[in-house]
Amino acid sequence: MKSRGEKILKRKSKVGRLERNNKNGYLFVLPYGLVFGVFILIPVILAVILSFTNFNAIEWPSWVNFLNYITLLTRDEVFMQFVLPNTVVYSVVVGIGGFILAFLLAYALSNLPKIPRTICSLIIYSPSMTSGVAMTVIWRVIFSGDQTGILNSWLMSLGIINEPIIWLISEEYLLPIVIIIGLWSSMGVGFLSMIAGILNTNQELYEAAAIDGVKNRFQEVIYITIPSMKPQMYFAAVMSVVNAFQNGAVSTLLTGNPSPGYAAQLIVNHIEDYGFLRYEMGYAAAVSVVLLLLVQLFSKGADRLFASKDE
Amino acid sequence: MAYRGSKIDPKKMGKDQVKILLLILPLVIFMALPIVYIINHAFKPMDELFAFPPTFFVRRPTLDNFTNLIKVSRNSGIPLSRYIFNSFVITLVTIGLSLVFTTLAAFSLSKLKYRGRNMLMQINQIAIMFVATAVSIPRYLIIAKLGLVDSYLAHILPLLSVPVALFLVKQFVDQVPQVLIEAAYIDGASDFHIYRKLIIPMIKPAIATAAILVFQQVWTNMETSNFYINDDSMKSLTFYMNSLTNANNTVAGQGIAAAATLIMFIPNLVLFILLQKNVMNTMAHSGIK
Repeated sequence: MKSRGEKILKRKSKVGRLERNNKNGYLFVLPYGLVFGVFILIPVILAVILSFTNFNAIEWPSWVNFLNYITLLTRDEVFMQFVLPNTVVYSVVVGIGGFILAFLLAYALSNLPKIPRTICSLIIYSPSMTSGVAMTVIWRVIFSGDQTGILNSWLMSLGIINEPIIWLISEEYLLPIVIIIGLWSSMGVGFLSMIAGILNTNQELYEAAAIDGVKNRFQEVIYITIPSMKPQMYFAAVMSVVNAFQNGAVSTLLTGNPSPGYAAQLIVNHIEDYGFLRYEMGYAAAVSVVLLLLVQLFSKGADRLFASKDE
Repeated sequence: MAYRGSKIDPKKMGKDQVKILLLILPLVIFMALPIVYIINHAFKPMDELFAFPPTFFVRRPTLDNFTNLIKVSRNSGIPLSRYIFNSFVITLVTIGLSLVFTTLAAFSLSKLKYRGRNMLMQINQIAIMFVATAVSIPRYLIIAKLGLVDSYLAHILPLLSVPVALFLVKQFVDQVPQVLIEAAYIDGASDFHIYRKLIIPMIKPAIATAAILVFQQVWTNMETSNFYINDDSMKSLTFYMNSLTNANNTVAGQGIAAAATLIMFIPNLVLFILLQKNVMNTMAHSGIK
């Protein structure tokens, strides 16, 4: 309990600005808050409202209650049969798999001296700079369906296949291809932060741990490395979740929307399909809301695992 | 023998280090392949582009693809320089403004006490997970209502607030010791003065990282040109380059696409190499801890 005198002192002192209601705070946050509000917050709220309507982008939306959601859950066979499973597979492999891969790579790299480390990390980071999208032209050549495709030509010269595989139309290979591209481009800023985090762990901890009976690298990673880089792990996890749900553009650029047999159709593509090709905006909004909820669910997981409790 | 504990950031290449390098080398090569390919592909003459079996490395490098690219853009009515100018202005203004906005907000959310502060941070935290496509429809409605369609503002404004960047920068501002700020207050510094003279110099690494994040978002953004811009002369270089790679199924198209991809890739690379040291070191030292 603070005494009354102390409170008055606090109010009068200059340092008190740190403690009491500082109106300047609103002023500083205003520019960001304004743009954020107009272009992120209001759109999200509008999307939620639109999801309860039938809206074709021309006529005024008509209220339909939960119809869109009910349709989505009970009648949208494409969604249930292809889009949802694809999205789950994609986000688990690219999100969680990518996160683990990023950690393993970061750990391996941090065990290298400076120069090879910097070169390797630049190479591994470089795909994410292009966000995959700009690379479509390359992937098209690599996975080209005739024998001039790099992959087909390699596999054929190695004698693994006899006939060229039409990769980008085959329902069997499309999702794996999109996943590989997703993984390939997922080593971004989160990956860099992990390298920095590992390099920054206190070296004495390792020595102490060895004396205390840590017997191998695995124990060391579990008991020392990961706990001492939680903030970086959290940041990287958040970036992974975001990545895992935003890469829908790759399959559209490779194969068009919808992709053949919906083989690589992700929720993001489903939204574009309904919103911008069929102009069923209300329905697309409902799918968007489901996507937002899904991402929230994932991010809560990241929160649980890595958010530091003392904040 | 007792376990020695591993060596992080070793000074030289020993046996262990070579082992690790060999272990990750296949993966590093796999990651590098498409980039190497892009560079080679862009300089291939016509017969090598369509050679069978396809070649990976260029044998007789030429600039034909780049000259073709310029030729095509000359014929398209809108000169290439217009798109370059558009992207240049959009990228520069967006990065500049968004860094100012983000650092101001981060300072406020981290160091100034006022009602509703935690709630604001919570909302931002949730928005990190927000997927642009999910709200592109209402966003379009807002941009249309504000009369921003076909303007530079439509390019710039929606990308000014990058929740991830705020999250990152705020983590760094949290690191600035409270004592320093108290001392500055006692010396009579205003809030803005503290932001300008104390916070900004101390979080330079975070600013570098945020700059990379924002740059990537702006540079690779095609949504704006796709949805909010109808006037071709207002679209971005990224959009134009991408339309080249999509629309040209002609024989020359492949080469042009390869050249375009390389051109779009280079600014990324340069920016990263310039800021790389900042990003890695700062994340480690004053880092997100």
